[in-house]
Order: sequence, then structure tokens, then C-alpha cells
Amino acid sequence: MPMWMPIFRCNTLRHGTAYRPFASRLTKICLVVLLALLPSIAHGEDRFPPPEFRTPYQIPTTQTPAIRAYWLGYVDVAVLAVALGLAAYFVYRKRSRRGVFVLMLACLIYFGFYRKGCVCPIGAIQNVTLAIANPGYALPWVVMLFFLLPLAVNLFFGRVFCAGVCPLGAIQDAVVWKPIQLPYWIDASIGLFAYAYLGLAVMMAALGSNFVICSYDPFVSFFRLSGTVPMIFLGAVFLLAGMFVGRIYCRFICPYGVLLRLLSPFAKWRVSIFPDKCVNCRLCENSCPYGAIRLPTPPQPARISRADRLRFIAALLLVVVLPVIFWMLGVATGPRMATADPTVHLAQVVQRAEKGQLPTLTLQRDQLEVFRKSGQTPDDLYEQARHVQHRYANAAGWLGVWMGLVIALKLLSHVLRRRRTEYTADPGACLACARCFKLCPVDAAEPQEERIVAT
Amino acid sequence: METDPSRRDVLSGAVRAAALLGIGGALGALIPSHARGETAWQIDPYKCIQCGKCATECVLEQSAVKCFHSFGICGYCKPCSGYFHTEPGAVNTGVDNQMCPTDALKRKFIEDPYYEYTIDADLCIACGFCVKGCSLHGNGSLHLQIDQSRCLHCNWCSIAAKCPATAISRVPADNSYKLKTRTRTS
Repeated sequence: MPMWMPIFRCNTLRHGTAYRPFASRLTKICLVVLLALLPSIAHGEDRFPPPEFRTPYQIPTTQTPAIRAYWLGYVDVAVLAVALGLAAYFVYRKRSRRGVFVLMLACLIYFGFYRKGCVCPIGAIQNVTLAIANPGYALPWVVMLFFLLPLAVNLFFGRVFCAGVCPLGAIQDAVVWKPIQLPYWIDASIGLFAYAYLGLAVMMAALGSNFVICSYDPFVSFFRLSGTVPMIFLGAVFLLAGMFVGRIYCRFICPYGVLLRLLSPFAKWRVSIFPDKCVNCRLCENSCPYGAIRLPTPPQPARISRADRLRFIAALLLVVVLPVIFWMLGVATGPRMATADPTVHLAQVVQRAEKGQLPTLTLQRDQLEVFRKSGQTPDDLYEQARHVQHRYANAAGWLGVWMGLVIALKLLSHVLRRRRTEYTADPGACLACARCFKLCPVDAAEPQEERIVAT
Repeated sequence: METDPSRRDVLSGAVRAAALLGIGGALGALIPSHARGETAWQIDPYKCIQCGKCATECVLEQSAVKCFHSFGICGYCKPCSGYFHTEPGAVNTGVDNQMCPTDALKRKFIEDPYYEYTIDADLCIACGFCVKGCSLHGNGSLHLQIDQSRCLHCNWCSIAAKCPATAISRVPADNSYKLKTRTRTS
């Protein structure tokens, strides 16, 4: 038996007797026997018998403040549905930026400051993943509807959720002041981070280790008016930079935005520019803070050059090669990533302690103490940790395949980039914020049905 | 591409239909998962080691964790080890003798030698000092619980992520407290 066990018990008894008003020798002995036999309930229940009151005193029951009523979750879903409908109405029917803006602020107040940013479709990705990966996890209806409803609406009206409903989008949209246009290649390359973030979040949620999207939500601290200093700092940086680069989180980080971006090109109605009406005035390009208006490509020679052909072949090869390379990278780094898992972390602490390196952090010391009290052997724990590491290696391999495919397909699409002779609204990047409507001179001049920004 | 809008429309219509089917499928596939109902975060008081993380790790400015008192277990002791410091300067209720740093643990005289201990939840900061004292030397009737009316029901409890005893887990929302009882249930 390790040294600390008897020491702990002695302590318990010494102090216990000091405060026991009616302790007899017999109870003391009984206590020793009880503690020795049942170390698992050494918390000390019944050290003192319940008093027998002479006065008519009623032992009160413990008050348990009630949880938020279940049906209120459906109010949230209803608000979400109405807000999505209103957003589509303001963008496509009323064509009103003011309407979208007011709706956006209302949703910022409701979903952000009133509901404190939870539940949100971005975070719901993880719940859905966990429910699929772990059948033991109960996915609440509300969370599932929050995840699916904006996706379904996106298939009809494009990213109106981003424009008018999402509180994270709203807080960023509200601070856009003098947006600069990022060069396409910067926009596209930083945007790859969102795909990696989505992959990582899905992986961590599927393995049941953590919900990274929620842990690193930069704006939720503002909604709750409390948070850790690094996250408040990050949020402030995003908002300050967001005055000049519109919606940094939405464009380069948001994992739900990736899903919407991939689906919105197939939307039934979306914001687009009619080529036969466009007068190439470039006003919409200047009005879009999110770089969603794509310029006409410079004229290219009719013949495909040798360099172009080589580039195409290289990109095709990369579609096969990159996923394999990234898969190997993932498998190699997976076990190291597994330190994010509590079991693996504990195993490392225990292993170091077994070698005589006692942890310096209070948290790790506590973990070690709990582990030693649990009676589990270190070898059992190591075995579990190895199992988790194996799962991590596997999952990180798939994460690598995903990233390899994303990067390779992005390159391929770049090589294959079609010739654009007119201005177009990128269906993936356009958030349907309705800023460009007002500035379009054709839009203002023509009667309703001739407007260039189509439904 | 622009010359053949009909083909593009058909293609995008097909993808849209497939995606909608997928969404419907997800809805259907995840229904069994829902059948087990809503959940909330709660502390298992028998696992809790009163490390103090509950006071500091909650996303709320004032932690949603509070001290709860199971009166049925309490010995109603006059020299309560949850109320007084282990080595108080004097056995009176002076603030420097008390375990609770915020005076949230109140005591009321019932009859000699019994005192009733209650918690003012608005003052309680979930430091767990009283819980530690009560578990170590007393009956362990004081324990930490997540006050469900204050909890934001975060997607992943930030205290659970730091709890060294992994005492915090999801519990059914309709039975969301794990109060200590005389006959231990968990």
C-alpha cells in the first residue's frame, strides 16, 4: 500500500475526534473498522448520528432551483425559423439592407446577449458529430434543429443565416467601418483554415475529448460579459481588425460557414448579377466588404499553353498525392495530439509520477491523487491511453485526407478557373447582406422585375 | 456555362434535392438519439475533491456551482467543521474563525447543542472550503452542485474540462441534481 493512504486516514480520525461532542471509545473503534473495511465511503457520512430534536423542528428539504423550462428551447427554434424567414424576405423581396441590418441587431440581442450565444448552429456541429460517433450521447431536439434549419434554408436562399441571424456574424458586421479588399489569393489561402478547423472540431467531438469550437469562440465572452483574458483579447482583436477586414471569423475560421459555403452554390435563389444588365460600373465590388464579387478575368490566349497543361497535370496528381501525404502526417502526429484527451493527459502525469517526477501544477497533483485513490493500476490506465492514442492516430489520418483533398481541389479549381467575362457574385462567399443592392445603378433605375441582383 | 442555364439548373436542383434528403435523413437517423431526452451538467458529490476549480473555471462571472446542504445527513453540530476553521482562534462566530470567505454559510440556533446550517446562494462562490471541512471531519452533508437555474448549459462545461476528478457529467435534465442522501445512491 502506498505511503499516503494511512497518513490520510490518520488525519481524518485525529480531526474527526476533536470535533465529536458525543464520541465514545466504541464509536471511535467502529469508525476505524468502518473506514478500514469501506475505504470507498470514507467521505464520512454518519460520523455523527442525526440529532433527535426535542423541539418540534422539521428537517428542511434541500431546495433545487429548477432548470430552464424544456419548451423554451422550442421558442428559440421558433425565433430562429422566423428570423431565417425574415432574412430571406428582406433580402429577396424587400431588397432592404436596412431590414437585414435591423434583423441582424435583433438576433444579436436575442441569440447573443439574451441567450448568451448558446445554442448556436456552429457549436451544434460538434453535438451532431458526437451523437453520430457515440450512440450513448443524447442529442437534444433543439440542438439538432439549430444545426439543420439554417442548412435547409441555405439550400433555398443562400447564406441568409450569416447575413441576418448569426449573432457572431452580427457583432462583426456591426463594426465593419472601412473594409479593404483582400487579394483573392490571400482570401482563398487563409480561408483554408476554416476547413482545417471544421475537420479538427469534428475529430475532437467524435473522439469525445472536447468541443473546440465552443472553447475558442472569440465573441461569446462579450455576450456573457465574462470570460478568460486570452479569449476576450482575441475577440477584441477580431473586432478591431474587423473594422478594416470584414467578418474575419466568418470568412476564415467559421466551420459552419464551410458547410454553408459548400451548399450555397446549389441554392434555388441567390444573389447574382445578370450579365446582360450589368454596366461594369464596379460599384458593387466596392460595396462588398467580404470580397464576394469576382472580377472578370483578363483575356487569355485561345490556345492552351504547355505551362497550363503541366499545371493541370500537376494539380491532378496533387489530388491523389496530397491526401496520402497528409494522411501519413496525420497518423504520425495523431498520438501527440492525443494529449488533448483527459485520459492520455492523466496517463502522462501518472507515468511521470511513477518515474519520480511529481507534478508541480495543482491540477495535475489533484488528478494524480484522485487516480491513486481510484484503485486503478497505472498499467490499466496506460492501456486505455494507448487505445485513445490509436484512435487519435486513425482520426488524425482522416483529418489529413480531408485537408489534402481540400487543398488539392482548391488548387485544381484555381488551375481550371473558367474565363469570366463579367462581374459575378461568388455564390459561396456571398453572405446575402444586401449591401450591394442599393449601390447598383441599374438596380435603382430599372423597374422591379428587371433588377440585376436576381432572386 | 452561361450558355446552358437549364443544364446548370437541373444539376443544382439535383444536388439540392440530395442535400435536403440528407438533412431529412439526418433528422430521422438522429431521432433515436433524442429518445433519451435532454441533458444538463451536474457534479457527482461522491467524486468531487473540492479542488476549487468550480469557483474559477465557470464561464459565468459568478460560478453557477453552489454549495448545497443535505439536511438529512447533517449532524447539526455546534462545532461544525464546515463552518469553523480547523484551528479557529476562538470558538465564536467571528469572521476570522469561519471557513466561508464570503459569509454565505449561515448558522441558526435550533436547540442545544444543535445548529442548522444554510447557504446563501447569492454569496456562495463555490470555493468548496466548507465542503472540504465537512467531508474531512463531518458527515459530508455540504456538497457542491450546479445550480441549474444559473447554469448556462454550455455545450461543453468549462469546469468539466478542468475537473481533476472528472466529477462533472451530463445527467438527464428532468433529474438534474445529484444530492447526497443518507443511503448512498451513486
